Amino acid sequence: MGRRPLLAAMTRPTEIACYPDGPLIVRGPVRLVDATGARIPTRRATIALCRCGRSRITPFCDGTHRTTGFVTGEGGGR
Amino acid sequence: MTLSAARGIPPPRLPAPAGALTDALFEALRQPPHTLFDLPVPDDGDDLAGDDMHLALAACCELAYRGFAGVDGEWEWEPSLVELRLALERRFETAVRAALPTVPDATEGRVPERLETLIAADDSPSVARHLAQRGTENELRELLIHRSADRLKEADPHVRVIPRLPTRAKAAMVEVLADEYGGGRPEYLHSELYRQALEALGLDGSYGAYLDRLPGVTLATVNLMSMFGAHARWRGAIVGHLAMTEMTSSEANRRYGRAVRRLGYTSREATHYFDEHVEADAIHDVVAAHDLAGGLAQADPDQADTVVFGARALILVERAFANHLLGAWAAGRSSLR
Repeated sequence: MGRRPLLAAMTRPTEIACYPDGPLIVRGPVRLVDATGARIPTRRATIALCRCGRSRITPFCDGTHRTTGFVTGEGGGR
Repeated sequence: MTLSAARGIPPPRLPAPAGALTDALFEALRQPPHTLFDLPVPDDGDDLAGDDMHLALAACCELAYRGFAGVDGEWEWEPSLVELRLALERRFETAVRAALPTVPDATEGRVPERLETLIAADDSPSVARHLAQRGTENELRELLIHRSADRLKEADPHVRVIPRLPTRAKAAMVEVLADEYGGGRPEYLHSELYRQALEALGLDGSYGAYLDRLPGVTLATVNLMSMFGAHARWRGAIVGHLAMTEMTSSEANRRYGRAVRRLGYTSREATHYFDEHVEADAIHDVVAAHDLAGGLAQADPDQADTVVFGARALILVERAFANHLLGAWAAGRSSLR
């Protein structure tokens, strides 16, 4: 592989995907911080961020939206 | 933390037989590979959950995972053994199809919506809710023993489908499986976390240790995955099975985590498996429903009904499993064999 594709792979932007009636799925390197700027540890390549506000492990999704009738609407609520 | 890799993982011993078929089969497996003939049919007359039937099928399938101590590895592809496995799978498939409601349900819409319809319509009793609210320590231990049947090989039955999937579904499957296998870190392998949970509760965490304590109704849940995962024609079914598992798993594991803590097991080893699944399966839920199952059906519309069949079959065997455990416990009996 030449230098250009490798560089392109390294600089590919992180993706945040809206899933219907569910969380935001984040693929790619991110630095998560809380309101004080302290690091929130993540070890996964892919994470799910709560969008319904009811998760018990915020900012991550814990599937609670399934039991609370959370609806995002068209296009996964973009 | 001790990884089982550091200790080596011996294959399990052959379990005690559960009837005429496993009696004859296990006797044969102890000898060098040879042509099996005149094996008896399973003697329990219940292809959906019979002990003899499902222990025989589980043993045939296990030859493609870790095998058994003292059983020659060449048995895996001995034609008469393969023939037996296929015959047992056909019996199981026929029983599953016969037990599914004849009225087609969840036929409308795209695959993710059809899976949601199945979840909304599922009125099976919940072992997780029972354990979270009022289960005893002994019941929790029994549940962990039952689930060791597949949790100690978590994701292994699903791996073989990867080369059979179209692009988007393949990427989604690998994304989910990579997480199941710890994202490159052996200490986060889900099967490894499960072993730690078993041992934290004073149980045997070694692979296959409880095989002869598991009733057919439990082995059927694993045989379903092994069967769907082994055949290319069942690619939709193993995808539907995984999607339905992931879509219902976060809530169940939150309850198991609550049960473990309520009964006084608060160490990281005891709780990590369940906490991990609350977070991980909330990710896998949407990826499996939309990118994996939805992606497969979009690229290959003929697979849509097979995806839904896999999910319905899972709900069917899980309902029988839950009824068995809760029924035995309500009657004051053990749910193990």
